Amino acid sequence: MRARDVIGLVGAAGVAALFAAAFTRMPAVGGTEHLYRDLVLPAALRATTPNLVSSVNFDLRAMDTLGEETIVAAAVVGVLALLQPPRREIPHPRGNVQPAVRFTGWLLLPVAALLGLDVILHGHLTPGGGFQGGVVLATGWHLLYLAGSYPALLKLRPLDTLEYAEAAATAAYVLVGLAGLLLAGSFLANVLPLGSFGSLLSAGTVPVLSVVVGVEVAAGVVVLLSRFLAHALGHADEESR
Amino acid sequence: MTTAVLFLALALVAVSATAVVLTADPKRQAVTLSVFSLCLTVLFVVFQAPDVALSELAVGSAVVPLLVLLTLRKMGRR
Amino acid sequence: MTAACYGVAAWLLLLGCLGIVRSRHLVHTVVCLSVAQSGTYVLLLAIGYQDKAGVPIVNAGGRTPVVDPTVQAMTLTDIVVSATITALLLALTVQISRRHGTVDPDELKALRG
Repeated sequence: MRARDVIGLVGAAGVAALFAAAFTRMPAVGGTEHLYRDLVLPAALRATTPNLVSSVNFDLRAMDTLGEETIVAAAVVGVLALLQPPRREIPHPRGNVQPAVRFTGWLLLPVAALLGLDVILHGHLTPGGGFQGGVVLATGWHLLYLAGSYPALLKLRPLDTLEYAEAAATAAYVLVGLAGLLLAGSFLANVLPLGSFGSLLSAGTVPVLSVVVGVEVAAGVVVLLSRFLAHALGHADEESR
Repeated sequence: MTTAVLFLALALVAVSATAVVLTADPKRQAVTLSVFSLCLTVLFVVFQAPDVALSELAVGSAVVPLLVLLTLRKMGRR
Repeated sequence: MTAACYGVAAWLLLLGCLGIVRSRHLVHTVVCLSVAQSGTYVLLLAIGYQDKAGVPIVNAGGRTPVVDPTVQAMTLTDIVVSATITALLLALTVQISRRHGTVDPDELKALRG
C-alpha cells in the first residue's frame, strides 16, 4: 500500500505540473472570444431553433449524438449480458414504506412523468432534450418502487416492450438520418419543414430526434435498473426474517 | 457578485469532491455522491448551462446512487 | 477566477485518480472514477464561459451575448453516457465479487501477471 501511494503522489504531482504549464497558456475564463459560438448562433437561427445546445446536439453535430446513443445502447446490452436474470424464482420481498412517503410518491409520479415528457418534447425550445428528459422519465417511473412497492413496479413495467422500444429508437435515429441522405444529399440533414420560431412544430428534425433519443435513453435506463433491482431485491428474503 | 457566487460554487464542489473520495465506506459514499452531484448542478447553473445542470441532477441524484446501493446490496449476499 | 476554475477542474481529476490508486473496494473505485470525470465537465464549461453572458437559449432577435453552446452539448451527452458506463462497471464488480468472493483490489490475484 505504501509504495503505491508514493508512486501515485509522484505521478499526480507530475500531472499537476503539466496542468499548470498548460493552463497558463490557455485564454482566461470569461473571455469574449468563442469561435464556435459565433458559428453556431447564426446556423441555429437559420434552422429556427431557440435552444442552441439542442441545435448542436441534434442538427449541427447530430453525428456525434448518434455515437453517444449507441454507447448507451451498448452499455445496456453489456449489463444485460453480465447480469443474467437470477436463477431462482424468489418471492417478492415486502418493503416498509411510511404512509407520508407513499402519498408523496403517488402525487409526484404523474408530475414526474409529465415533466419528463415535457422536457423531451420541448427540447428545441427550453432547456432540455432527449437525454435529460429520458433520464427524468426513467427515474420518475421508479417512484413506483421508491414510494410504493416492488410488486407495483413489476406490474407496471412492461420490460419486453421497453427492450424493443430501445432497439427501435436506436434504429429510428439512423432511419431519420437516411431520410436526410435521400432527401437532401447528406446524412442527418435537417429535412423537415422549419416552422415558425418558438412554436412546438419547428426546427425540422430536432424535435423528432429529441423524441427518438428520449425514448431510447428512458427505455435503456429502466431496463438497466430492472436487472440491478432483480438481482439486489431477489435475495432479500434470505436475511429479512 | 457573479464572481463571488462562482467562487462559492467552485469551493463547494472542491470540498464535496474531497468528501466523496475520502469516504471509504461505499454505502456512505452513495450519499456523499448525491451531495456532490447537487453541488455540481449548482456550479453548472452558475456557469449558465441549464441543460447540463438538468442532466447532472437527473443522473447524479437518482440513477448513480441507486445503482451503487443496489450493487452493494447484491454483493452483501456473498 | 481563471486559476480557480482550472484549478478546481485539475483538483477533481487528480483527486479522483488518487482515490482510484488508494482504493480498497471496487465500488469506491467506480465512484472515484465518477469524480474524475466531473473534473472534465468543469473544465469544458469553464472554457465556454463568458462574463455577463446569458444562457444559450435565444429569441429571434439574438442580441445579448451567450455562452458557448458547443461545450455544453459535449458535456451533457457525456454525463448521461458516463452514467451508463458506471452501470456497466458496477455489473462487472458484481461478477467479480461472485467469482472471487472479494472486491478488495489487493486481494484479487487473478489479475496479477
